[in-house]
Amino acid sequence: MLTVSIYRYHPELDEKPYMQDFQVDTGGKDIMVLDVLNLLKIQDRGLAYRRSCREGVCGSDGMNINGTNGLACITPLSSVVKNNKLVLRPLPALPVIRDLVIDMDQFYKQYEKIKPFLINDTPAPGIERLQSPEEREKLDGLYECILCACCSTACPSFWWNPDRFIGPAGLLQAYRFLADSRDTATEERLAGLDDPFSVFRCHGIMNCVTVCPKGLNPTKAIGHIRNMLMTRAT
Amino acid sequence: MVTTVTSYGRSGLSDWLVQRASAVILAVYSIFMVVYLLLNPLIDFAQWNSLFSGTSMRIFSLMALLSLGAHCWIGLWSVSTDYLKHFAVRFVFQMVIGLLMFIYTIWGVQLLWGL
Ligand code: SF4
Ligand code: SF4
Ligand code: FES
Repeated sequence: MLTVSIYRYHPELDEKPYMQDFQVDTGGKDIMVLDVLNLLKIQDRGLAYRRSCREGVCGSDGMNINGTNGLACITPLSSVVKNNKLVLRPLPALPVIRDLVIDMDQFYKQYEKIKPFLINDTPAPGIERLQSPEEREKLDGLYECILCACCSTACPSFWWNPDRFIGPAGLLQAYRFLADSRDTATEERLAGLDDPFSVFRCHGIMNCVTVCPKGLNPTKAIGHIRNMLMTRAT
Repeated sequence: MVTTVTSYGRSGLSDWLVQRASAVILAVYSIFMVVYLLLNPLIDFAQWNSLFSGTSMRIFSLMALLSLGAHCWIGLWSVSTDYLKHFAVRFVFQMVIGLLMFIYTIWGVQLLWGL
């Protein structure tokens, strides 16, 4: 029997959030945290959490698992459970809608700010804009982000300034478009980032790198953006 | 683009550069002081006085002093925008820090030149 302690909050019924304990029979198997939630859902139909792909691709089941952000569907119990206890909370910093479901609005607003699409006003070629293999390689480690928000909600700078600091997820994508040979808006993009908050609130704490379930490195991307800003200014 | 009027250089990049450069100057100054005191453990007033009456030492000290002021301001401004969520509280805090840095700098100049 595994003891699972879950953050519960139903804004229409509960005055305050609380932690609820459950006992789950895992059959002694090393299953994923999402499997445990699915078992719990049988015990309590009212339990709310997001999930879709159940294989680390959609990014919907980011949550705080025994104190660390991660995707429930690709986190095996053996990698997180100590003393037979599993503690599940919603991702920190963003408002809770219900139980483990958070309101990602602020997170998406920051993503929107960096204009996450190719900008190129030159006449479109007949078939497609070509890239050399080397140019394409520059996007590796950037395009794989699934926007699960594990990183941004683990970042103290984002906790304190979610409205002004873009956050690691948004900045990784900002660099993804800055690094793209087909994008021609580099100057505008950089001009929009050169304030004391958007990029420079990053203090290199590297929580983002530690938690990213896709093994990406937002801190490195932020360093690249800083270098680009520096080159542009000197 | 997030607009702020109270930051040091208005741009994130210039604040960041000033913060790094001032840190280096302060580190060099501190190391110099520690090494100097270790090499001259029995330093007396006359020697101390002559050290600070040289022009290069005064320039070095003034540079460290200005770095300290800028470094404190940028650092504490950052801290205030992280933790002080109420506008009035934050504004008063920033003004007090700004005023203190100004006073310390002028005072430091007086001390250095023995005015
Ligand atoms: S960088 Fe990693 S942790 Fe952050 S949103 Fe993308 S996939 Fe998730
Ligand atoms: S390295 Fe920067 S973005 Fe990543 S967690 Fe730290 S402060 Fe946040
Ligand atoms: S359910 Fe899609 S990432 Fe976990």
